[in-house]
Amino acid sequence: MVTADLAYYSLVAVYSAMAIYTISFVAFALDLAKRSGDAQQAAARAAKAEALATASVSRSAAGGSTVVLDRPSRGAGGAASASTGAPAKASSFERVAIAMMLLGFVVHVASVVLRGLAAGRVPWANMFEFSLTGTAIIVGVYLAVQLVVNLRFLGAYVMGLNLVLLAIGTVNYYVAVSPLPPALQSAWLVIHVFVAILGTAFFAIAAGLSAAQLVQTKREQSKLAGLRFLDTLPGAERLEDLAYRIALVGFVLWTFTLIAGAIWAERAWGRYWGWDTKEVWTFIIWVLYAGYIHARATRGWRGARSSWLSIIGFAAVMFNFSVVNVFFKGLHAYSGL
Amino acid sequence: MARSSDRDGGDATRASSVAAGTDTGRSDTGLTDADATDVGGDPLRPSDHIDSVRPAASDGAGITQPKLGPVGYLRFFWRQLTSMKTALFLLMLLAVAAIPGSLVPQRTSDPNGVVQYRTDHPDLFPVLDKLGVFDTYSSPWFSAVYLLLFISLIGCIIPRTRHHFEALRARPPKTPARLSRLAGYRSITLETAGGAGEASITAARAVDAARAQLKRSGYRTQVFGDSVSAERGYLRETGNLVFHSALVGVLLTVGVGGGFGYSGQRVVVEGQTFSNVLGSYDSFNPGRWFDEAQLSPFSIALDRFSTEYAPDTAGAAGMATDFTADVTAQARGGDAEKTQIKVNSPLSIGGSNVYLLGNGYAVDVTVRDGEGNVAFRDTVPFLPQDTNLTSLGVIKVPDALPRQLGMIGFFYPTAADNGTGALTSTDPDTTNPVLSLNVYSGDLGLDAGVPTSVYTLDTDGLTPLAGTDDDAQEKAVQLTPGETATIPDGLGTITFDGVKRFASFDIHHDPSQVWVLLFAGLSFAGLLTALFVPRRRVWVKATETGDGVRLEYAGLARGEDPTLGRAVGDIAKAHLGGLGVPADVAREVADDPARHDVEKPGPAAEGRGRKI
Repeated sequence: MVTADLAYYSLVAVYSAMAIYTISFVAFALDLAKRSGDAQQAAARAAKAEALATASVSRSAAGGSTVVLDRPSRGAGGAASASTGAPAKASSFERVAIAMMLLGFVVHVASVVLRGLAAGRVPWANMFEFSLTGTAIIVGVYLAVQLVVNLRFLGAYVMGLNLVLLAIGTVNYYVAVSPLPPALQSAWLVIHVFVAILGTAFFAIAAGLSAAQLVQTKREQSKLAGLRFLDTLPGAERLEDLAYRIALVGFVLWTFTLIAGAIWAERAWGRYWGWDTKEVWTFIIWVLYAGYIHARATRGWRGARSSWLSIIGFAAVMFNFSVVNVFFKGLHAYSGL
Repeated sequence: MARSSDRDGGDATRASSVAAGTDTGRSDTGLTDADATDVGGDPLRPSDHIDSVRPAASDGAGITQPKLGPVGYLRFFWRQLTSMKTALFLLMLLAVAAIPGSLVPQRTSDPNGVVQYRTDHPDLFPVLDKLGVFDTYSSPWFSAVYLLLFISLIGCIIPRTRHHFEALRARPPKTPARLSRLAGYRSITLETAGGAGEASITAARAVDAARAQLKRSGYRTQVFGDSVSAERGYLRETGNLVFHSALVGVLLTVGVGGGFGYSGQRVVVEGQTFSNVLGSYDSFNPGRWFDEAQLSPFSIALDRFSTEYAPDTAGAAGMATDFTADVTAQARGGDAEKTQIKVNSPLSIGGSNVYLLGNGYAVDVTVRDGEGNVAFRDTVPFLPQDTNLTSLGVIKVPDALPRQLGMIGFFYPTAADNGTGALTSTDPDTTNPVLSLNVYSGDLGLDAGVPTSVYTLDTDGLTPLAGTDDDAQEKAVQLTPGETATIPDGLGTITFDGVKRFASFDIHHDPSQVWVLLFAGLSFAGLLTALFVPRRRVWVKATETGDGVRLEYAGLARGEDPTLGRAVGDIAKAHLGGLGVPADVAREVADDPARHDVEKPGPAAEGRGRKI
């Protein structure tokens, strides 16, 4: 039976991916431990770099009518802070961790594709498939964001979260491949659910950054003596900025999910909004993140206070996926359990 | 870098009395020049918004609050209601208030669940019902939260819209005297040409070029002497206002527009025809302003209902994969049209949509009474109870003589013994259909004029004749299609003529739907614009010094603007390129190594632009 074979290979692939992710997770954790030791050296190195930077570098453009007399300079925005920011060079642990994460991601994506081929449709029609694809997308989004901003310090969180979700997904939610019930046979399954997963991935990373920001804030107020590795992380303010920007993308995707879901609900159930339990929680999450965005623009709320909302928001996302799907009665009864 | 100026702007006194471009004494107080720019054209925000002007501290004599009159109090409460903190609080309250509705069944979406809840929690139910949690989303407290939120919102967007219209006509503010402390600051001094015949760079030429360039890239520009001041991103505030106004639009169209529609349900058995008149609905929910004349005349005949089942593979055996209702639909004056209604594919007819939301089996039954007359011949829909379509139905025979007959029946599409002698269905398809009936006689209570459900039979006061009841003389009557059984006590016979499929249709009419979608789309577009279009100011300044022309570039974020530094760099690069500066020099000026890092105002920023 081809379907069963493909589903089996998909499962083998996801277990392999989990093994590789575990290595990556351990390496990320070791890297964080190593950062603590490096923190002091990094500070020294940074001080040295600062000294070098202030020394003038002479250059002149030869020929032409235009001669540069002074070197380009930067003002307020240009000065790099020495005390924060990841060390310029990645540790070997970190390189191993990233390499393993990439490898695990490739195997994970293979598992998702195999599952899709086995089912002959998009691989996100029940809770197991949603977990499988969702975790792959979290890693994918993390790696994509990683191309723009250095978020390597968050690797342990991403890998840890992924391993937990994958473990729950494969152990508790696994179901054999089954055809789509008529209610799910719609193009909106592809759009609505995929965008929801994508939004979830952005919220996951934003929540990790917000958590890091909270710890960093405590440390900056010198309330935390230990955890030296925090010195190698960006400052609390920078973490907050990153969390905010990533959560914004998540919020836009979530808004789209909400609207697309309403359009689909109109086609499938004859009404665009009916306060179904899943609709209620999707709405609650939307309101929580709207609150987060407003909180960040409210005097007295920017900083640690608003970031709690980002964390609560992500907790609600997880609650919506796990508890609401399994234990609450509603029309979104597609757990397959 | 957007951030450092942004935050400083929020925290520092940005009093409107500070004239643009003056920075007297500012560096002494540790404030940045970011504050020295005009804020009049900025979006108007509630007073506790992080980007808004903080009210000037009262000078000297401490706090002497004026006594508030009634108008003063109104003004005070209005200001409180439209503040950011209140909006935030109401948003959080809305999220919390929505939770109870997900914990207990709602009358609107799950009426049977509410009935069940009443049975399961007889003590708790009246309390919760009084609190309105079974109608959470139309309860006074939930309504109060969202209405206050929207009043707060409207109170915020009206003045902001007015202000924004004015800002749209304003010119960019004067160039601050010292650009060096602003975001993305860069400077370079170019030696004016020594050689003959070469085009020389003058400050005026540099300013003109900068202005033309900024204009081309969508900036609004204004030249102030030796500098050009430019601003862009007014669309950000437009988007913000569109987003919030569209949300109000969604609320209004949902709240008001929904009242003009109706929805109703009707079970149609194969071979039957449904006509869109009030009397033919099984249940009907009119909107507030519904009028019976709104029912557009059309009819739908269910010709055939078919179900496809998954092949017998593991895990999916017997699962339905497709439902199709083949219908003949006819609108008044139109031709009869053969078409299909499926899940996810409703039929649009006469301005209404017809959805296929359920299906099941209906049994054809003929009952002859004790006197041999046909007392009942009908097709009775049985309601599905489980995934294998074990179905429950009631047959009432009020015309039977000498006594009325009532039956509670179970229909098993694929009957099998579950091991205890009782029947169960093992497949939703009709491979071994069996009808099992508990028969009662007595007064069915139909003549009392009290409406009773066709799906329930009150057996109190009835005499059990056959079935599981202890008093029944016989076991339940079990029939396969075509069979006839006699009813005990010589009260007649019952014939199971056959099985048909029924479809349960929902008919919806909601003229406001398209408006809700329009506003939702508008709010999404507004959201994208409000979050991702940067509002920023950029200045290019050219001063002639003894050695040549000194060019300075700087920007200022108005709101979130993570890419401001890069943008100023790109402007500098293009500008220098246009002036004939070698590409590698321009690139060096544009390069922004701080992109990945936190930056705080450098202590020695001013001294950096050193000559060689």
